[in-house]
Amino acid sequence: MAKEKLVLVGNGMAGMRTLEELLKAAPDMYAITVFGSEPYGNYNRILLSPVLAGEKVFHDILLNDEPWYRTHGIALHKNCEVTKIDRRARKVIAQDGTAVDYDRLLLATGSNPVILPVPGNNLAGVITFRDIKDVDTMISASQNLRHAVVIGGGLLGLEAANGLKQRGMHVTVVHLSQTLMERQLDETAGGMLQRSLEERGVEFLLGAQTEEIIGKNRVQGVRFKDGRETTADLVVMAVGIRPNIELAKQSGLYCERGILVNDTLQTYDPRVYAVGECVQHRRQTYGLVAPLFEQAKVCADHLAKLGIRRYQGSMTSTKLKVTGIDVFSAGDFTGNDQTESIVLRDPGVGVYKKVVLQDNRLLGAVMIGDTLDGAWYFQLMREGTDISAFRSRLLHGQAHLGDAGHGGANAVVAMQDQAEVCGCNGVCKGEIVEAIIGKKLFTLEDVRAHTKASSSCGSCTGLVEQILAMTLGGDYSASPKEKPLCPCTEYTHDEVRAQIRERHLTSIAAVMQHLEWKNPDGCHRCRPALNYYLISTWPAEVKDDYQSRFINERAHANIQKDGTYSVVPRMWGGVTTPDELRTIADVVDKYHIPTVKLTGGQRVDMLGVKKEDLPKVWADLNKGGLVSGHAYGKALRTVKTCVGSEWCRFGVQDSTKMGVTLERMTWGSWMPHKFKMAVSGCPRNCAEATIKDFGVVAVDSGWELHVGGNGGVKVRVTDLLCKVASEQEVLEYCGAFIQLYREDARYLERTAPWVERVGLASIKQKIVENAAERKKLYARFLESQKYAQVDPWAARASAGVDRHEFIPLKQIA
Amino acid sequence: MNEWIDIGRVEDIPLQGARVVRTPQGDVAVFRTIHDEIFALRDRCPHKGGPLSQGIVSGKTVTCPLHNWNIALDTGEAVAPDKGCSGHFPVKVVEGKISLLLPVERVKRASVS
Ligand code: SRM
Ligand SMILES: Cc1cc2nc3c(=O)[nH]c(=O)nc-3n(C[C@H](O)[C@H](O)[C@H](O)COP(=O)(O)OP(=O)(O)OC[C@H]3O[C@@H](n4cnc5c(N)ncnc54)[C@H](O)[C@@H]3O)c2cc1C
Ligand code: SF4
Ligand code: FES
Repeated sequence: MAKEKLVLVGNGMAGMRTLEELLKAAPDMYAITVFGSEPYGNYNRILLSPVLAGEKVFHDILLNDEPWYRTHGIALHKNCEVTKIDRRARKVIAQDGTAVDYDRLLLATGSNPVILPVPGNNLAGVITFRDIKDVDTMISASQNLRHAVVIGGGLLGLEAANGLKQRGMHVTVVHLSQTLMERQLDETAGGMLQRSLEERGVEFLLGAQTEEIIGKNRVQGVRFKDGRETTADLVVMAVGIRPNIELAKQSGLYCERGILVNDTLQTYDPRVYAVGECVQHRRQTYGLVAPLFEQAKVCADHLAKLGIRRYQGSMTSTKLKVTGIDVFSAGDFTGNDQTESIVLRDPGVGVYKKVVLQDNRLLGAVMIGDTLDGAWYFQLMREGTDISAFRSRLLHGQAHLGDAGHGGANAVVAMQDQAEVCGCNGVCKGEIVEAIIGKKLFTLEDVRAHTKASSSCGSCTGLVEQILAMTLGGDYSASPKEKPLCPCTEYTHDEVRAQIRERHLTSIAAVMQHLEWKNPDGCHRCRPALNYYLISTWPAEVKDDYQSRFINERAHANIQKDGTYSVVPRMWGGVTTPDELRTIADVVDKYHIPTVKLTGGQRVDMLGVKKEDLPKVWADLNKGGLVSGHAYGKALRTVKTCVGSEWCRFGVQDSTKMGVTLERMTWGSWMPHKFKMAVSGCPRNCAEATIKDFGVVAVDSGWELHVGGNGGVKVRVTDLLCKVASEQEVLEYCGAFIQLYREDARYLERTAPWVERVGLASIKQKIVENAAERKKLYARFLESQKYAQVDPWAARASAGVDRHEFIPLKQIA
Repeated sequence: MNEWIDIGRVEDIPLQGARVVRTPQGDVAVFRTIHDEIFALRDRCPHKGGPLSQGIVSGKTVTCPLHNWNIALDTGEAVAPDKGCSGHFPVKVVEGKISLLLPVERVKRASVS
């Protein structure tokens, strides 16, 4: 069968990204033809600014050269403008007469720079800043001309001004408004930016409206409305862009400001797709690459006929690419009477930061001087994170949150090359930078794969991202959307889970089939996550898939570095008896277990058990009344308690009994991550309840319930959920909280980051304020416990479940 | 000299799983993929000796349980960017019966002593 024909008009950043994504998804589906009016393959337009500033050369910014097109079997017509589309005959026709048929057409014609409608705008020496040709003109002008005037004090204008200044010209920036980049910066930030550029010798004429460009054959000067005049040998107009829709309009496609497209990037003619700056989607047009790349992904998906994905618009952030002057802006940075703002200002070192908040969520941010945390603020905005827990430290940046994990790690720029970034894998900054440059890495995933940095506990992810941003400069734009669950899929955790619910999927194979998994049986990252989502969503129906569990959960013990296992029986609420201790002592002797240790969770660990011995060890422990402590599972771990009112002279409630009751109710439950509890008998809090996932502290009148604590990599103190009076209420709130966490958190997300992401308020609303909802959650928890409270040790020790797991297939001689 | 030694049947190994064959020269991990292909590797990860038989099997790779290296089942090579090889053994499956090609002299000598 002949391949379908796909034609792309415009080989710029959006169009070519779409093709690259398409080739990844469906390499052989189409016979592809590309038209481009520029005389090259395609290049990274963003990096024209560093080329102008002399920091890069054209060769560095080329993305796909002509051999690339050939290798991929793509016919490239460069230097060839398409002038007509015959939609009835399904044919595009170029200026030079070339005509090509299509089955599907992709328009990515970008935009055109706006040229001010003033006299003299067509004189020689008046140019715009859009493509390589413009940059060449500027570079050669800088070699024999003196005065440059840049009209427009936005991002592009300032980057042009900086580049021309670097090349030795005398530069004046003319701007209509009184503040530079007024659409991205507030007055203070704009003023600081202006001063930094003035220090480099760029001059400014603000509040100046251009009336005429003066000159005979060539430009000689610029005159303004208020009568002022300035000399000019070169005028660069950078006053905005306008979507390039001529071709689309002529061919009868519906356009307003841009070519109208729907959420699948189709125009009014379903055979014709459009992406990039030329499109208008839900009333928005975009002029930055991040949203265009998102469009490209969705569009490629649909071209590849895989499409369930939708493009739903993007949030954008801006960075100025002038080396040495850091500017970041995103979202709404002015605010209104519903919002609050927090400002940090240190003119001495040229730092200004402002964040705008509404209901403790970030709406926007502007930063000058120190923009390291831009990516972090942008993420908080996108994810709508509740920041109340760290509001007072918000402006000090991510590095200052929780000193335990980060030890006050500071600006990555200031870090020594030998400084260790990833403590788990012993990777230092220098190695990461070297790998990024040497191996041309662009994403966090690449860095993880090549250096292992941040691939283990992940606490250094933020630092690695900052090193990427620092090393790549303008090339690095953190993906503006949630990350996919793993490289086998494009879907995020939340999307996968929603599909499991909506389509009532009950097996890993069904999920992979419906969501078109890229690897037929997934990988070690997605399979455990899918297994969890399935069993937690349909507890009564889904069969637990053991082959998709990490070995600890399959063998019900923790694997050790030498391949032996450790065994930790449950000690309800940390209480034990002489008989239990005797049983443990006998087991240790009988199976020659080398080490016995008290854990940090109030129980006993037997370390160094051979795998074949596990079922026998468990059988003996079971006989003494001991069951699995799930020390290996993403499950309920320990419930620590203190002595409480039964013995302690300060105790106001029986914390030990409460701990035992809680553990009896919750043991066996599978969770997104491990879950720890503690109960203290008075506010002296000897059980350390305030760094647990669910902590209970007794007070005279009842019990305080605390949630979202963590004592591990990054210490987090709990938030107070509420206070209750009776034991029954403690159980109900606890069950409801666990169930909400089980249903809402992403796999491998502990309660601390989950609470921070969704906000304490939203949790309180469901559990404290809404009694009906709380009772439903609690009921669902108890229901799922019916299927979970089976001692996995007993099943394997006596009932012979998974026998194959513990004995060799064969013993040879 | 090498000799084919019967080690059991395909269904003795769980789908997407592995079992161990104990030999005098050390453990051999025998894997069964989702498509019922059988592979055998030395049960030692080239990284720090982790028991590959305990890993998660997906496609034609196994993920080591200790530090998540991925090892190709057909060659024993670590999947790039990691480097190293854990040695593989030829296997054949005839009517559901798996046999493994092992250096037999050393097996015999060990069984005599
Ligand atoms: C045995 C024990 C250490 C000890 O000898 O005391 C221990 C041992 C391990 N901990 Fe732990 N943790 C132990 C108490 C703790 C505690 C203290 C506590 O629970 O009160 C913490 C801090 C509290 C917390 O979790 O908030 C703790 C924080 C961690 C973390 C970091 C978790 C985090 O969210 O930051 C990890 C890594 C992980 O889970 O990814 C971890 C992981 C591990 C693992 C499972 C590492 C692994 O994957 O092999 C260790 C298993 C060793 C083994 O085979 O037994 N262990 N670990 C403790 C077992 C308690 C128990 O009775 O079950
Ligand atoms: C100097 C500069 C700096 C920038 N810096 C940043 C930045 O830091 N961050 C950021 O996110 N964005 C930046 N941008 C914006 C970014 O480059 C654009 O958003 C992006 O290139 C738009 O992609 P596109 O594919 O829609 O259009 P383009 O990349 O412009 O591609 C359109 C292509 O189509 C061709 N074409 C048009 N009509 C036809 C036709 N009829 N026939 C054949 N070919 C045709 C054009 O010649 C062009 O090559 C910058 C832009 C410039 C100019
Ligand atoms: S027991 Fe916990 S702290 Fe100790 S080495 Fe293992 S993971 Fe690290
Ligand atoms: S021992 Fe296998 S990955 Fe480390």
